[in-house]
Amino acid sequence: MTQDYDGSITTPQDAYERQRLASVHPPRWVNPHAAERYHLVIVGAGPAGLGAAKTAVALGARVALIECRLIGGDCLNNGCVPSKVIIRTAQLYAEMRDARHYGAQVPSDIQVDFAAAMERVRRIRSHLSGGDSAARLSAIGVDMFFGEVRFTGADSLTVDGQTLRFRKALIATGAAPNIPLIPGLAQAGYLTNENVFDLTELPRRLLVIGGGPLGCELAQAFSRLGAQTTIVQDMPLFLGNEERDAAQLLSDAFARDGIEVRLNTQVVAVRVEGGQKLVDLVSDDYRSTVAVDAILAGIGLSPNVQGLNLEAAGVDYDASEGIRVDDFLRTSNPLIYAAGDVCLEHKYTHTALASARIVVQNALLRGRERMSRLVIPWCTYTDPEIAHVGLYVREANRRDIPVKTFTIPMHQVDRAVTDSEEEGFVKIHVRERTDQILGATIVARHAGDMINEITLAMVAGVGLRTLALVIHAYPTQAEAIRKAADAYNRTRLPPRVRSRLARWMER
Amino acid sequence: MNRVERRSRTVQSTLADEALFDRLQRAALGYFLQTLNPFNGLVADTSRPGSPVSIAVVGFALSVYPLAVDRGWLTRADALRFSLAALRFFQASDQSGSPGATGYKGFYYHFLDIHTGVRVWRSELSMIDTALLIAGVLTASLYFCADTADENELRGLADFLYRRIDWRWAQDSGETIRQGWKPECGFLHYGWEGYSEAILLYVLALGSPSCAIVGDCYRAWTSTYQWENLYDHDYLYAGPLFVHHFSHAWIDFRGIHDGFMREKCSDYFQNSRRAAYIQREYARRNPQEFAGYAENCWGLSACDGPSDEQPQLSNEPRRLFGYAARGVPYGPDDGTLCAPSVVASLPFAPEIVLDAVRHMMERYPEMCVEGRFSSSFNPSLADDNGRAWVSPGHYGLDQGIVLMMIENHRSQRIWELMRACPYIRDGLQRAGFHGGWLQQPPFAGAG
Repeated sequence: MTQDYDGSITTPQDAYERQRLASVHPPRWVNPHAAERYHLVIVGAGPAGLGAAKTAVALGARVALIECRLIGGDCLNNGCVPSKVIIRTAQLYAEMRDARHYGAQVPSDIQVDFAAAMERVRRIRSHLSGGDSAARLSAIGVDMFFGEVRFTGADSLTVDGQTLRFRKALIATGAAPNIPLIPGLAQAGYLTNENVFDLTELPRRLLVIGGGPLGCELAQAFSRLGAQTTIVQDMPLFLGNEERDAAQLLSDAFARDGIEVRLNTQVVAVRVEGGQKLVDLVSDDYRSTVAVDAILAGIGLSPNVQGLNLEAAGVDYDASEGIRVDDFLRTSNPLIYAAGDVCLEHKYTHTALASARIVVQNALLRGRERMSRLVIPWCTYTDPEIAHVGLYVREANRRDIPVKTFTIPMHQVDRAVTDSEEEGFVKIHVRERTDQILGATIVARHAGDMINEITLAMVAGVGLRTLALVIHAYPTQAEAIRKAADAYNRTRLPPRVRSRLARWMER
Repeated sequence: MNRVERRSRTVQSTLADEALFDRLQRAALGYFLQTLNPFNGLVADTSRPGSPVSIAVVGFALSVYPLAVDRGWLTRADALRFSLAALRFFQASDQSGSPGATGYKGFYYHFLDIHTGVRVWRSELSMIDTALLIAGVLTASLYFCADTADENELRGLADFLYRRIDWRWAQDSGETIRQGWKPECGFLHYGWEGYSEAILLYVLALGSPSCAIVGDCYRAWTSTYQWENLYDHDYLYAGPLFVHHFSHAWIDFRGIHDGFMREKCSDYFQNSRRAAYIQREYARRNPQEFAGYAENCWGLSACDGPSDEQPQLSNEPRRLFGYAARGVPYGPDDGTLCAPSVVASLPFAPEIVLDAVRHMMERYPEMCVEGRFSSSFNPSLADDNGRAWVSPGHYGLDQGIVLMMIENHRSQRIWELMRACPYIRDGLQRAGFHGGWLQQPPFAGAG
């Protein structure tokens, strides 16, 4: 039977799925009896909630962790993990088709086994769910509750008919996909990150609305798996915040993959005719209609703040921006903190984890850790990957910080050449006439791994002069970073000194 | 080699260079004379049949006529006649901004019908192309400075056309200038960021005594600049080579600095020189291993190119990009090189440009048709006889920039003329430029 590509899709109930549910929301789970008062009650068992719970328990705190759906949150179940699994399979198919580029034969008959690809998604997701299962959390001393939460006062809430009192609480309820208000979209049906990984059949034609990180990643993955893919972005380039060259390289990569790129374009209406979804697009004065079988929507994320009765707890929030926190991640109720997607601008798993660490420090150990002190990298896992940390040049310019960028195209890096992965660059931004790193953007096949070195340098206050002293294993793509540092060193000699040196060498 | 021999070689090469320059410039001039509609002064975008007018190409035409007069290739009377025809046309053109008009608010649609002068292809009202047109208009007004009825009329028209442009409107209440507008949908959102050929646009928009842009518009634009160290050259980054030429065709950036360049101890002229060296280095490295790329064969720019686009299919993988702004070092790069963009680097880096031009002409003679450079050639797509793919026909922008930049290299004629333009001087000063010729009193540079 042909699948309907809409909200009715559910996860296939196979052994992997049963194993996952047994870990992340056991069907016969019995909530524990609530303690008299907890040191820390955590609402939401996504990355932030899990991170905080494990750290707090390790410190000896009495901790309750409450989840209304699945432990692991979006990251494990609907986000980073399943998307990376499918991206890997898609990359393999792309490489098979491009085998000649690597001096290999293109397999004679490349048939995409989409069902197998999605089964792999479920298997790996299930496997990883075991790490933070309900049973395991319970075993390390966390009181694990499942159920809907409602705050009942400044220091209490209810779940599953029990009242939990706390000295401190952490709200880490995450965020949900933000569905654009497009006439006819709801009636036609659409996919989001919450059900796209449950597909078992590949839509022949797919329209992706929104050119943010997830939209770009999935557009490329589904295209490489064989879906005729169109991506619509209402801005001039993808990944609105990234620098122009990075976004342009991504557009070029999409064109090579055969993705139909519609920039500066808005979806104005959707209708169903003859079993297909007709999507009306407008770009300035150009109107067109695209016929597709599935639409992937979900532009950005909206914080999960509804239904918690935050008013009773005296916690200020905004429906679109989430819970309001200060730099110490404290809400308007000094007993309650927030972390992760529900309150942060940068909605990433690693940011959620970092913010959870800050909350545990500040809430339980009277720390004064500030969110603004964090150096936060991020990465979009397209091919090539696009990673960034720190300031963008335009931000530095606006703040009147003189900035200079050391650029190493990946074609200058031997390992990128040997791997036929020359596309991309490392750009390291430094304060002009110093070696202080302000930020960096990397576009490369493995940019996500490479950005960590720059992040480390920024956190440790290491400048380009020191990075130039770091021996990088040869040949690795991370050598691009050392090459940028070498380029910096070469600029340190004034031209006059350089010509004197040259004369001296000639003697 | 002794001193006499060395000197003799230099004289010979100079003579050879001059002959080459003459040949290329005369051939380029031929483009404008062949595609000109003498009744309205409009010039076709390309030499291809049915080509509309590009207003930017008209700007180049108005700039090259004076050079041709100086070189004795065109009579002053003809040059004046062609220029007057164009200025009269624009003065009388429909400025209602309706879909079938010629312009709005003093700006003009990018593409016009060569006979009627009305908008074609539903093209946008183009701010940058209007700037290129008006730069040509001002060039003509500075050259034709005689006290005759026609030349007086021309100068009056030029002043009128410049002052009529409502640059402030083009800000759309924003920080920077919008790049386009259409009657069907209003301002367009190209999202241009970073250094581009728009420096001329900003200078003209700042220099207007009637409707100059307001606020810190120029600074807002330059705040998107990126100062990069690439291949051991420090420069203000822009990938396509033409970006480093178009404003420079009219404005002499030697020794004058805005706030950004002062801070970087450089100027835009030096920057274009470094851009040429970076292009050469990219071609030497040839990361994508395209045929022909070498130290003496480079030039990635906005140009025509081969295309693998299949009109009936929208989701086919593409490796050839047709007309595109190719750039260094991030591409797009499909093996297509633009010889006119190399020639246009002549004033900045003659020591590498001349060798490259000679090499490309010798190795790929097929890209020179009627003595003129085609828009582009692609040696990776050679035919059975080893002849590179060549863009059919010619583009007016290419011929204009070739003619002007060779002349700027030979005599700095356009630069000298434009130094005397009060609007350009005021615009540069309002953008924060200081130093060099801007500190000297203007002199009459007319012909």
